[in-house]
Amino acid sequence: MEPIKKTSIIGQRVPKPDGPDKATGRTIYINDMVLPMMLYGKILHAGRPHARIKSIDVSRAEALPGVHVVLTADDIPELRFGVNHDNVPLKGGKVRCVRDEVAAVAAESEEICDQALALIEVDYEDLPGLFDPAEALLEGAPAVHDEKPDNKSLAYQFDHGDLDAAEAESDVILDHVFNVHYVAHCCMGTGCVLADFNPSGKLTIYSQTQYPYNFKMDLAPALGIHPGDIRVIQPPVGGAFGSKLDVYPFEPICALLAKAARRPVKLMFSREEEFVNAPTRQPVRINLRLGAKADGTLTFREADCLLNNGAYTSWGPTTPSVMMRTFTSHYRVPTVKCRFQSAYTNNPYAGSFRGYGNVQATYATAIQMDMLAEKLGMNLLELSLKNAQKSGEVSPQGSRLDDLAFIECLEVAAQKTDFLARTDANAEARQKPGRIKRGIGLASSIHNAGGARIHKSDGCGTILKLDDFARCTVITGASEIGQGFDAVLCQIISEELGIPVADITMKNDDSAIGPWDVGVHASRTTFIAGNSAQRAARAAREQILDAASKRVNATVDNLDLRQGWVVQVHNDEPLIKLDKLLRDMHFQKEPELVMTTDYYEPSSEPEDRHHVGDISAAYSHAVHVAEVEVDTETGEVKVTKVTSVQDVGRVINELGLEAQIEGGIVMGLGYALSEELRIVEGQVTNPSFRDYKVPTAPEIPELDLHFIETDCKTGPMGAKGIAELPTIVIAPAVANAVYNAIGIRFMDPPLTPEKVARALWDQQSDKAAMS
Amino acid sequence: MSINIDIEFTLNGRRVQANVPADMSALALLRDKLGMTGTKLACGEGECGACTILMDGESVNACLMYAVDCQGRDILTIEGLRTEEVLHDIQQAFVDHGAIQCGFCTPGMILQTKYLLDSHSSMTPDDLKRGLESNVCRCTGYKKIFDAISDVATDKA
Repeated sequence: MEPIKKTSIIGQRVPKPDGPDKATGRTIYINDMVLPMMLYGKILHAGRPHARIKSIDVSRAEALPGVHVVLTADDIPELRFGVNHDNVPLKGGKVRCVRDEVAAVAAESEEICDQALALIEVDYEDLPGLFDPAEALLEGAPAVHDEKPDNKSLAYQFDHGDLDAAEAESDVILDHVFNVHYVAHCCMGTGCVLADFNPSGKLTIYSQTQYPYNFKMDLAPALGIHPGDIRVIQPPVGGAFGSKLDVYPFEPICALLAKAARRPVKLMFSREEEFVNAPTRQPVRINLRLGAKADGTLTFREADCLLNNGAYTSWGPTTPSVMMRTFTSHYRVPTVKCRFQSAYTNNPYAGSFRGYGNVQATYATAIQMDMLAEKLGMNLLELSLKNAQKSGEVSPQGSRLDDLAFIECLEVAAQKTDFLARTDANAEARQKPGRIKRGIGLASSIHNAGGARIHKSDGCGTILKLDDFARCTVITGASEIGQGFDAVLCQIISEELGIPVADITMKNDDSAIGPWDVGVHASRTTFIAGNSAQRAARAAREQILDAASKRVNATVDNLDLRQGWVVQVHNDEPLIKLDKLLRDMHFQKEPELVMTTDYYEPSSEPEDRHHVGDISAAYSHAVHVAEVEVDTETGEVKVTKVTSVQDVGRVINELGLEAQIEGGIVMGLGYALSEELRIVEGQVTNPSFRDYKVPTAPEIPELDLHFIETDCKTGPMGAKGIAELPTIVIAPAVANAVYNAIGIRFMDPPLTPEKVARALWDQQSDKAAMS
Repeated sequence: MSINIDIEFTLNGRRVQANVPADMSALALLRDKLGMTGTKLACGEGECGACTILMDGESVNACLMYAVDCQGRDILTIEGLRTEEVLHDIQQAFVDHGAIQCGFCTPGMILQTKYLLDSHSSMTPDDLKRGLESNVCRCTGYKKIFDAISDVATDKA
């Protein structure tokens, strides 16, 4: 036998294992599923923001051939669910937003469902609507929920240091208002659920959920059943991006239809329904104050934020928990005061969305840093470097910032783009005539990169087994929604067990089989589930090497697993084929199968009641430099190049890493430039891809990615979580670049051509008035 | 009640016959009647390209087309692209270049790519980007898709 040298698959470009099935149309997404006996479900939404239901007549719908069940609030007990326990599956008495579900049907086809919905007669008495959160908080405002007469939903506050003293020692104080907007996730697969009750009252729910284990806990109250009687199956989904981290009414409604029909029911949104009824990103009005000394040292930050809660409470109004981390740790800020209030209105409501609060907060903090630099006559790089944290610092909220590379990210980004010289050149060119103005802008942020402890556990479990042919099955609690954890998991196992990626199968779509996991969110899956998988693989490796050492004349220390062989380390000599060894272990008098389990709990801690706690096992920074061309006649902003420098801990899968960062940046470009779910008096006025503009191929800039490897002590193979920072950082980088190009600040994204052109006209008329 | 019509056409190289309602979309025929679920429904109004199929070599949105208009046509869906054991070059390039994440846009994106490559002897990067404007991807940021297509286009040249 030839010697087998040690090689590593970590850092390689490994394609996603599910790629061939997806490329050939073989993957059966939840939207494609059909079960025997299956019926279709549809919901009648209110379509009006605030009204009293005077009566509902479903008799004609029930009489339609092919209709099996029609449900209204009268048919089911009023069971509450949701973050604030303020939602019910079907609404009776009053509707509070356009989404409100007033009736649902199950029938033999979607067409019959549509006909049935058209036959349901609802007599409404429209009520005045409340759409502005500031108005909702005024004395005497009508109550959206009778039991919440002041319309106050969630509130958060945080104080650190003496604000008066910090203000007194400040040479400069900035005070700005930012308004960040509603955007939609636009998953390519629209909302879909399939529910099936067995005769014992146990529910199997095929769901797009990103958090299958706690999903059971959150869904059960809406159905009045025990969470243990729910089995969650997760078929492949067409994207999620945070939109499936809560229970939304269509899910319990589908289950209720299935229960009443005693048949499986599938309920799928049309694209228009998806735009109107799926959660959005949380809009926020951020009043941000920032103090600094003349030399640029930050003295304090104060944030006063008002959130439009909409009619019900999903995760959107909890985004302050993350915004607060940005306000307290985006740069070294010694004194911080934060206030957040969410107010009920008759608008649709927001959930979680990639970047979760940090997208909103960083839009404000990163633009305000650019404004501070200008005010102080410093360049942004110098100001940023002066206030960038170094490893070992602890933030006001207790984030222990280890293995950081903030300074390196800033320096590399500036150097790769010749940032300083080009900033000055563009600012000078701004004064000269010319239709196209060029700009360059820099932004940074910090985000949790080792999970986020918002539940009692932030852990993940793994069950690993090797069969008689050295094929490995890994059952992980972690969910795969397209992000590429499947490849990362296989690489980690491959590295530890010396078997090819192709011999590893991931199983993670059934809550009856998988061990617990929080869910795919908070950039946590590679870090948390990767750590758990590595530990399970290491346990298997130890068991195998121990068995091997007994069969060959070698100590465990001198053995390694490489390319399907047990290899002697000192001379790379292959000793036993792994599959042969596994069979020997299995078929002996005292059989020994290789089956290991692990539950990994990161070292993070929950916040205390003052919002202090080291909530993540790692933190990371990214710096983006955006280059833009602004057409001063049309207002069109064209992003020509984005340079991204991100602390990734360590590269595990270079291909997947690039793909996540590129996709995240482009999603953030949509947020910056074109995407806005326009909600006028509670109505969504652009519920189609025609009127809601997501980025398409021609708009994609040159993307220049750089990875800083800090070799995170707590991460799997040294890796950190990476997937949200790209979406967080890009929008303020674009806004700062637009300022560099035309000298106008945009505190209210998106920077649409209409908005930019109008601002340019105003700028011209101001100039004309001055002269 | 709508009228039903008998049609006959070529689907992925085989003759098929179907009796379809006059108002049925080609997408519904393919997905619901013929089991070709690789062609995706994502918007239903011709804005996203997830239902892209090739009809006599031209790329069309199956959601905007009537099933009866398949009559006499040669239809290619994603399921018919692979004619051998191995993946078609475009499929392989999408896999190798990481151009697939959730994969919901992938069948349409791959067929649009085939259309672009088959109908143009050469394409600049800008031509290619314009040619893909009809197809929305929410995961990849398109960069890996460009990489995959450039790879196939280079091999072809």
